Amino acid sequence: MGRSSLARDVLLAIVVFAVLAALPYFIPGKGFTDFVVRLAAFAIFATSLNLLVGYGGMESFGHGLYFGLGCYSFVLIMKNFDASIPVAFLLTVLLSVVVGAVVGSICVNLNETYFAFLTLAFQMLLHSLIIAWTPITGGDQGLTGIPKPPFLGMRLDDYYHLYLFASGLMVASLLVMYHLVQSPFGYTLRMIRDNAARAPFLGISVFRVRLMAYVIAGAFGSIGGIVMSLFATGAFPDFAYWTISGEAIFMIMLGGITVFLGPLVGTIMLLLLNDVVTKLTSHYGLVLGTIILLFALGLRKGLMDFLADMWRDRKRSTPAPLPTGAPAVSAKAGE
Amino acid sequence: MDLGALGNCLISPSCVVTQTTSGLIIGLLLFLVAAGVSLIFGVLKVVNFAHGSFYMLGAYFAWTAYQVTGSYLVAVLAGGIGVAVFGVVFERLLMSRVYGSAVLMQLLVCYGVILILDDVVKLVWGADFLSFGMPSAFQQLPYVFAGGVVPVFYLFLIVVTLVIAGLLGLLITRTRYGKIVRAAAVNPSMVSALGINTGVVYASVFVLGGLLAGLAGGLAAPVRSLTAGMGTSIVVESFIVTVIGGMGSVAGALVGSILVGLVRSFGTIGFPLFTEGLMFLLMAVVLVLKPSGLFGKRGV
Repeated sequence: MGRSSLARDVLLAIVVFAVLAALPYFIPGKGFTDFVVRLAAFAIFATSLNLLVGYGGMESFGHGLYFGLGCYSFVLIMKNFDASIPVAFLLTVLLSVVVGAVVGSICVNLNETYFAFLTLAFQMLLHSLIIAWTPITGGDQGLTGIPKPPFLGMRLDDYYHLYLFASGLMVASLLVMYHLVQSPFGYTLRMIRDNAARAPFLGISVFRVRLMAYVIAGAFGSIGGIVMSLFATGAFPDFAYWTISGEAIFMIMLGGITVFLGPLVGTIMLLLLNDVVTKLTSHYGLVLGTIILLFALGLRKGLMDFLADMWRDRKRSTPAPLPTGAPAVSAKAGE
Repeated sequence: MDLGALGNCLISPSCVVTQTTSGLIIGLLLFLVAAGVSLIFGVLKVVNFAHGSFYMLGAYFAWTAYQVTGSYLVAVLAGGIGVAVFGVVFERLLMSRVYGSAVLMQLLVCYGVILILDDVVKLVWGADFLSFGMPSAFQQLPYVFAGGVVPVFYLFLIVVTLVIAGLLGLLITRTRYGKIVRAAAVNPSMVSALGINTGVVYASVFVLGGLLAGLAGGLAAPVRSLTAGMGTSIVVESFIVTVIGGMGSVAGALVGSILVGLVRSFGTIGFPLFTEGLMFLLMAVVLVLKPSGLFGKRGV
């Protein structure tokens, strides 16, 4: 995976977006567009989590903090301040950057187990706050019905417009994140993942790079939350519950953490599985649980990781590329 | 938030007695689960998210045994032993295959097992709440201390869980088995070089953890309603306890559990909607001030 040129990727992104924009004309019905809007929310969210897990080796159990924060902040701003959608969007991302900076500076230097649990603790604090602060957040009922004033000719209460908005955001977010992980910053992050003790020898502040990654991942996570709140036209406590983090972890583990598009593939797989399994059987847990076990014990890695390794093995005659492999379990050096 | 109610409770002896005993019950039952989580993490460095399902299975096994035999003692033992057996099967069949994998892969296996068990419980025992009923031996007039009412069963639970905690402490600190377990936690390859089968040690830790969680499920059954998914909240609390007390420390798990139990029982009066938040706040404060936990050693 070499450095790719920005122009080529932007062009590719535009083509992908054009195809996505045209698809509803071939696949009529609200089912498809609804699926893609949900996909956009979770694909942005899962890919942002993978910035931490796959590229930074930082296993966060509490990334749902930003999903929930994105939902609630966006809905609250829209409901209470009569703001336009772009303004509410920017304010929400800004808020999650601030929260990310505070939470991140407390968490990122802890060793991996404690990082996992402290991030979870912060997420559950938000969830508890949402449940407890009923006058503002609606408590366990959540907030329903957000105004969607038109902007730039977009009327988001129209399902096709929402579809365009969501898929455009998905393509743009993935493009930005892809360039981020291909940038020198992305490679610094990988270095810290692989050997956090060695990086300071090169004058790198491990804390600063990890914090930056954490803040960026949080900002994109909140964008996922915004898309979700637009889809659900509201914000609900479940969006901030720890199961949301669990689902994102699940998505990236299903799809793979070493390939950039792994989380996207995992999101598609999980959403499809959810829809198909709930339609076919009432024993959702039994079927999904069995599939998870088959994956975790049989493949032992995500689908894209598996395919990438197969591809690598096939052309072994060429010098093996640097393993952009999963964070080694023992890579706890430096703590 | 109702600080007035909390203040009123704290100056009334009867309220303090009632809330303290119910906090102790919550905490001590939680301890039995959390001790298993802490042991398994301490020895195997595996985060067993399925431990709450062990507790759930214990309660259901006990329910069935109680229906068949009518004896509460048999029911509790059936819960403990049944889950101990389940623990070893779970470890050998599933967890032992992912010991070397990333933490998230282990988490995924546990998540799969949780989903499956919740559904299996619904299939076998039904989706409705089951109630165990108070065993007849405990259907007596409650004791009254300083105006606070304490059911006999609560006293029984406190005594039994404290005895189990004491036995567990002795097992870990005073016996040959405990020594091997502690050694395996620090340096498993050296332990196996000394001719001890670490695979058996690992499996035995799951047996012990399963036994404790199963006993907790059986003991708790008369005062809880049984439902699929009843393990979720207790496993989250167990992790809070483990983090507060320090991973791998049994004494830490005891102190952490009682702390969480008291926070919950007094919190429901002062902050009925924010009790869960209080527990996570407690955990965050401990993690920030002393990342290794109250009783943990550095660098765990």
